[in-house]
Amino acid sequence: MTSAMDSAIRFGTVSKTFGSVRAVESLTFAAPAGAVTVLLGPNGAGKTTTVRLTTGALVADRGDIEVLGLHPKINGDEVRRRVGIVPPKPAFYDQLTGWDNLRFAARIFESNEGAALDAAERFSIQDALLQEVGGYSTGMRTRLALARAVIHDPEVLLLDEPTAGLDPESSRSVLELIRELAGRGRTIVLCTHLLHEAEGIADQLVLMNNGHAQAAGAPQALAGQYLTEPIVLLDAENRDALGALDLEEGVVSVSWNGSVQVTLDDLNRLPDLVTRLVNGGARLTRVEPIGATLEQLYFEMQRAHRGEMP
Amino acid sequence: MNWDHVRAIAGVDMRRLFKSKDYWIPLMMLATLFFVLMPLLALSVIGMLANTAMAQQLAGIVDSIPVDVSPSLPVDDPAAQAAYLIAVYMLAPIAIIVPLTISVAVASNAIVGERERGTGEFLAHSPLTMKEIYFGKLLASLVPGYLITIVGFALYSLVVNLTVGPKVGGWFFPTSGWILLIILVIPPVIAIAIALVLRMSARMRSAAAAQQASSLVSLPIIIVSYALTVRVISAPGPSAFLIGAIAWAIALFLAVRGAGKMKRERLLGVASET
Repeated sequence: MTSAMDSAIRFGTVSKTFGSVRAVESLTFAAPAGAVTVLLGPNGAGKTTTVRLTTGALVADRGDIEVLGLHPKINGDEVRRRVGIVPPKPAFYDQLTGWDNLRFAARIFESNEGAALDAAERFSIQDALLQEVGGYSTGMRTRLALARAVIHDPEVLLLDEPTAGLDPESSRSVLELIRELAGRGRTIVLCTHLLHEAEGIADQLVLMNNGHAQAAGAPQALAGQYLTEPIVLLDAENRDALGALDLEEGVVSVSWNGSVQVTLDDLNRLPDLVTRLVNGGARLTRVEPIGATLEQLYFEMQRAHRGEMP
Repeated sequence: MNWDHVRAIAGVDMRRLFKSKDYWIPLMMLATLFFVLMPLLALSVIGMLANTAMAQQLAGIVDSIPVDVSPSLPVDDPAAQAAYLIAVYMLAPIAIIVPLTISVAVASNAIVGERERGTGEFLAHSPLTMKEIYFGKLLASLVPGYLITIVGFALYSLVVNLTVGPKVGGWFFPTSGWILLIILVIPPVIAIAIALVLRMSARMRSAAAAQQASSLVSLPIIIVSYALTVRVISAPGPSAFLIGAIAWAIALFLAVRGAGKMKRERLLGVASET
């Protein structure tokens, strides 16, 4: 976990309840400055509450929150001035035009109309600005929400399920825009329950469930921690020659989904395994050690936290 | 408090209101009914009753005229006297009913509406203070009601002068009492109602519930302010200024207190669950 000095956002044993519902329970994590932190978890994991606590829109019952070195409970207005947010299902004044909505945001964030127009252009929504937002598609609303969120050039950007309800093309385009923002050195916190969305974008991963962080760290570090057994994809012209793979020394498990996915106890066993298969008559067409996917990591972490053996 | 933020909130709300025809057309109809059609009907009927037994009965109303305004009444035409009384005194409540109804309707939806639309989430995460949001909403509710009152008052003056004026020797409306009422008393009375209704709007779970609750608030205010309007119209002197000053003081107290009680999380719709 990153030190507090490098963290744009730091949660220390933060709890928040709504009546009898514990939305966030002893949540501890840090979002490094200038990196993309993905809060990953199922619906109801506490991701939205975490975002709301970050800006001070909600006040924690217990624990300590620091955003850009400030405490949202005490310096909420200053925090909110330096943070941009795209809420889930972004809402606007639908009877007003996109431009009216952006201009309003510019005014309350003490930005200017030039910045509003720049933001609209950055997210390719400028041609629709004179239309009423009520007539916008979901994708257009998301683009307008992104433009609105960066109108004041925030140091931290909080994106809560930004691709919810989008078609795959718009979703991909939004993720590219997020990558672009990350490339500009902004601190980004992305909440999602979609594993593919976090894949390749996360510098830091916080796995949330039932209001607390089950695991946090860089994906590679987490993979090293949770996925200790290497995976190799194998295939052969004569697949029946691979039939007894699970009996081979060092093979932990074999999965037959399209190609053959073999989990080994040690990657150093691979050369010997290949030799034995070839000597046994297998005409191998594929031998590919693969890096862990986020999906594997996610389910492995979930399994580890349920106390199940791999 | 940043007044530009307050104006921004008020501006976006009023712009939205102006664009919602299904919202402001009924309110304009209400204003037209109370400020133009009802007075026109009432004063025309009175005019037609001249020289009838009923006119003689109406003349009895003259007895109840406050002493300080009676010299201005034409004494030899009972129907004209009755028309004058109706124009100046009996229709006075319209000056309070119309703006209150309009402003309360706007205010009751002001906070809960943000929550229901989801736009409250954006406001909650913005650097706006709760005071700025509250006063912006107060302004956005006060201005439409008061503007319609000013326009309605001008139309009412026209109706009254055209129907009653010829019978009493010329245009006589607005009287000084009505001018003081419109300038000094109506705005703070509306502000009092809005200050109370905004707090309800922040607490209620739905716009419908807020609308219901706000009618409970506006009814006693209408009753109290009816007494005030009659008093101000009949005795437009220092007491009118005093009533205005007290009403403003109450409005300010309620507004400041209301703003202080606002919670950011109410914009998100979670405070009621805590």
